[in-house]
Amino acid sequence: MSVLTVSGLAKSFGGVQALRDVNFTLAAGEILAMIGPNGAGKSTCFNCINGQLRPDLGSVTFAGHELIGLPPRRIWRLGVGRTFQITATFGSMTVAENVQMALISHHRRTRAPWTLATRLHREEALALLDAVGMRDQAERRCSVLAYGDLKRVELAVALAHGPRMLLMDEPTAGMAPKERIALMALTAGIVHDRGISVLFTEHDMDVVFANADRIIVLNRGELIAEGTPAAVRDNPMVQEIYLGAGSMFGAAAAGAHA
Amino acid sequence: MLEVQGLHTHYGRAEILADVSFAVGAGEVVALLGRNGAGKSTTLKSIMRLVRPTKGEVTFLGERISRLDPYQICRRGLGYVPEDRRIFTDLTVVENLEVARQAPRAGAPLWTLERLFHLFPNLAERRHRSARAMSGGEQQMLTVARTLMGNPRAILLDEPSEGLAPVIVEQMARAVQELKAEGVTIVLSEQNLHFAAVVADRAIIIEKGRIRYTGTMRAALADETVRATYLMV
Amino acid sequence: MGFYVVQFLTGLASAASLFLVASGLTIIFGVTRVVNFAHGSFYMLGAFIAYSLVKTLPLGPTGFWVGVVLAALAVGVIGVVMEVTILRRIYQAPELFQLVATFGVVMVAKDAALLFWGPEDRLGPRAPGLNKAIELFGSRVPEYDLVVIALGFVVLGLLWLLFNRTRWGAVVRAATQDREMLSALGINQKLLFTAVFFLGSVLAGLGGALQLPRASVSHQMDLSIIATVFVVVVLGGMGSIPGAFLAAVIISELSAFGILIFPKITLVLMFLVMVVVLVARPFGILGKPVPDVGEPVQSDETLTRLPSALGWAGYVAVVALLLAIPMLLSEFYLVLWTQVFIFALFAASLHFIMGGGGMVSFGHAAYFGLGGYGCAMLLVRAGLPMEATLLLAPVVAAAGAALFGYFCVRLSGVYMAMLSLAFAQIVWSVVFQWSDVTGGEDGVNRVWPSPWAKDRVVFYYLTLTLAAVGIFTLWRLLFAPFGYTLRAGRDSPMRAESIGIDIRFHRWLAFIISGAAAGVAGSLLALAKGFVGPTWVDIPRSIDALMMVLIGGVQTLVGPILGALTFVILEDRLSAFDYWRSAFGLIIILICVLMPKGIVGSGRALIGRLGLGGGGER
Repeated sequence: MSVLTVSGLAKSFGGVQALRDVNFTLAAGEILAMIGPNGAGKSTCFNCINGQLRPDLGSVTFAGHELIGLPPRRIWRLGVGRTFQITATFGSMTVAENVQMALISHHRRTRAPWTLATRLHREEALALLDAVGMRDQAERRCSVLAYGDLKRVELAVALAHGPRMLLMDEPTAGMAPKERIALMALTAGIVHDRGISVLFTEHDMDVVFANADRIIVLNRGELIAEGTPAAVRDNPMVQEIYLGAGSMFGAAAAGAHA
Repeated sequence: MLEVQGLHTHYGRAEILADVSFAVGAGEVVALLGRNGAGKSTTLKSIMRLVRPTKGEVTFLGERISRLDPYQICRRGLGYVPEDRRIFTDLTVVENLEVARQAPRAGAPLWTLERLFHLFPNLAERRHRSARAMSGGEQQMLTVARTLMGNPRAILLDEPSEGLAPVIVEQMARAVQELKAEGVTIVLSEQNLHFAAVVADRAIIIEKGRIRYTGTMRAALADETVRATYLMV
Repeated sequence: MGFYVVQFLTGLASAASLFLVASGLTIIFGVTRVVNFAHGSFYMLGAFIAYSLVKTLPLGPTGFWVGVVLAALAVGVIGVVMEVTILRRIYQAPELFQLVATFGVVMVAKDAALLFWGPEDRLGPRAPGLNKAIELFGSRVPEYDLVVIALGFVVLGLLWLLFNRTRWGAVVRAATQDREMLSALGINQKLLFTAVFFLGSVLAGLGGALQLPRASVSHQMDLSIIATVFVVVVLGGMGSIPGAFLAAVIISELSAFGILIFPKITLVLMFLVMVVVLVARPFGILGKPVPDVGEPVQSDETLTRLPSALGWAGYVAVVALLLAIPMLLSEFYLVLWTQVFIFALFAASLHFIMGGGGMVSFGHAAYFGLGGYGCAMLLVRAGLPMEATLLLAPVVAAAGAALFGYFCVRLSGVYMAMLSLAFAQIVWSVVFQWSDVTGGEDGVNRVWPSPWAKDRVVFYYLTLTLAAVGIFTLWRLLFAPFGYTLRAGRDSPMRAESIGIDIRFHRWLAFIISGAAAGVAGSLLALAKGFVGPTWVDIPRSIDALMMVLIGGVQTLVGPILGALTFVILEDRLSAFDYWRSAFGLIIILICVLMPKGIVGSGRALIGRLGLGGGGER
């Protein structure tokens, strides 16, 4: 049973075809990685799904709803959570308040004029922070957090409305190797517990191969390969256009310097 | 060639660098390693005076540069390649390069457009196109090429492999090796250990704004404690 | 037929001159991100200086053209002096500080012009050798207009060559995008900025000097052109020279022909076109998205906490003190303090959207004025009692804010600020031109409070109460979910949208609330003075509000109040002097240079540096 169905997605920018006829599905509880060279159309594809962009053709259905034409905020209300490549948190608020903000929105109380915002949905927020291991930093301001911790806060915010699917754009960009693995392991654990599906893009192949149930590969706007991590890794076409000789990830590098 | 002594940098009240000191010899490739927020980029920016250190001295070719403006530092032959590319998207590829052109410099390789296009063939095909239309990998190459237009004797290279496809990272590594062969001194900050392992002679590991380890790249990779404690692989 | 051709050419000649001024502004903005209010003053000074030079130099074409060129160069030098002595010191400060500082220069320049050229308008000579008219389709076109048109095209061409065919031009274009990166590539940014200011100011001076044979030189030239130039620059797309040209032609032709068709609303027409274009193309005709300017502050140090219990106790004590002192005050101080309360509320209303929502309004006087005029109309023309007008006037202001805000919240940064300025100018034009109802230039008199409130002390209490309640309500809103939602939209619009927040809608609500609060302030001032006039909605009034907020410190709650206090007291102390305007301008400039975080922010920084702060924030 698929949660997300992308079919016939196409988008061009001023004559450049960024996406052409992209089709894939995401099953319930599945972790799907989207990889491909820079400029292959990953971001475009992502933005068509999350409502930032409107594709020229095609359809994206999520749990029976057509997403094309909906603004991002409506897509969120349908149960899609997001994290960003470059962390986007509310810098003037504390960690807890960031999560509370998402909860305030979820409970449709953004127009409340009088109650103090810091007192709303606090327990719920702390529970979410607990899940990502950030409870002890709940009262710190987001602008002073370490990068890896910000990523965890983002995850907690993305989980606030109990989403059925998470879209994660390069979730581990800018992190140290061990942190990357840890963050993705944390994510994988949470989504498995809650039955959430995940679609993520990533350049770190160590992370991709360790966590993805399935991988799709984009190149020049087209889906050129799809399959299990092992199958994609051994696909000669994928090696040529994207993975390279393998010196830039995992086992090969370790071997080279052993 | 480049000597950093007792560098302290603050953002507001937060201390980002504490007493960072190291020296880089001519022709060396040194990698600053450490996790995000450890202070790698800030170190490079502090050397370039794009952020103002609160304390510390930087000397380049025997001259104290820690009181100069960034443009003066650049004109002394120290180039800087930023982490987030920052190409001029309204300009064509050639214009991007021309903006950074400086007079030939004694003791440094002389770069012409043709030589740069030879180093980065992808750029040649797009020389009169707007830089906006380029992919992330091509933009990264353009940033490096742009800095080389100043004929630097040394360059500071901030996260050259970040956000690039493995196949592009391999090209980048080859370019860095060619620069080294030309005699350009390079200090790079890097998270991608695979990349650093391929290009760097020496490793400096920074954590929480302090230098924790200095040694050859080979030794750093071989040292189990270093790997486990700082490199986190 | 001939008549229309002539009308078209006259429009084109105005467009050429307008383009010169606008291109200068757009170049300066593009590179330095400074919204230079003094640009209109440079235009005026260009005209005045050219007037003096042409009179001094020998008669004849050579004397005239040398005079024009020298005047333009002189203005260029003035621009450089401003850049080097003032702006260079505050490039690091929030961008709005630079704007306020340039407005200080506007005041100084106005007084300088009065001092050197006297208060009368000056009529320049006809251009020697070009004082005839040419017959075209049976109508006559002044030769000089044709020359000005040609010059407009020549300058457009030269600027295009400069920016697209020279390395310096490429450097300037690169600087519009990322000037810090340029400095790391060996470009001396200081020199570049100064050069750009010189070029931009020369163009403004040239635009002014060329007007000499076409119109008289007046002291109103500065602010009257700056509003138009802002429209042109925004319409064309900030930073785009061809855009500025196109927009100058559109605007000039619009008024050339508009005056034939709708003589009554020509002033409004230009702003309406701007609204229509910006709604369709949020970055102007040929503009590209610019890095956001007008972000008033770094978000993470702004408005993080409501006052503590101790803080509230302090505020209550201050209000109590203010409640107690009327007995001790002379009538003069009663009036002065009443004004402080009114302006504190006005400033707090602007601060609400700026600090809380990251929205900058250059036209907040619109809602202040709508409140004032609403009150005056309802009281004097409709004969309602004061109590009713005090309730209804803010509704009028809120309705205006709802209408204008609907468009404003579609934009961000400078574009939003400029659009708000345009709306304020629409209100001003209506007030000014619809004299049957609004009294035009004379305004409305006899706007008196009800008999029970006429007593100064009672009115003092009335204002204090309304202002205190108003300000407290705004503060409380900022820390309610609504205020947090606004802040979320300010800190990270992308993230806010991705957690289901409709930012535009919340911003619009905030705009309306802010407009209503400004309306309360406006109606109170109307009652306090017994009068409203067009100056209530003019550009200086809008800038006043901006100054109060920035001078006080936008990142704090009390900032606007202290800003209003400083402002009212300064104005009162200085108004006795002949050249009070320049004194005021100089003080504004000094504050901008010396206290780039505002009074409260800089005070805190000082306390922090002296080690007196109790540990500070987490």
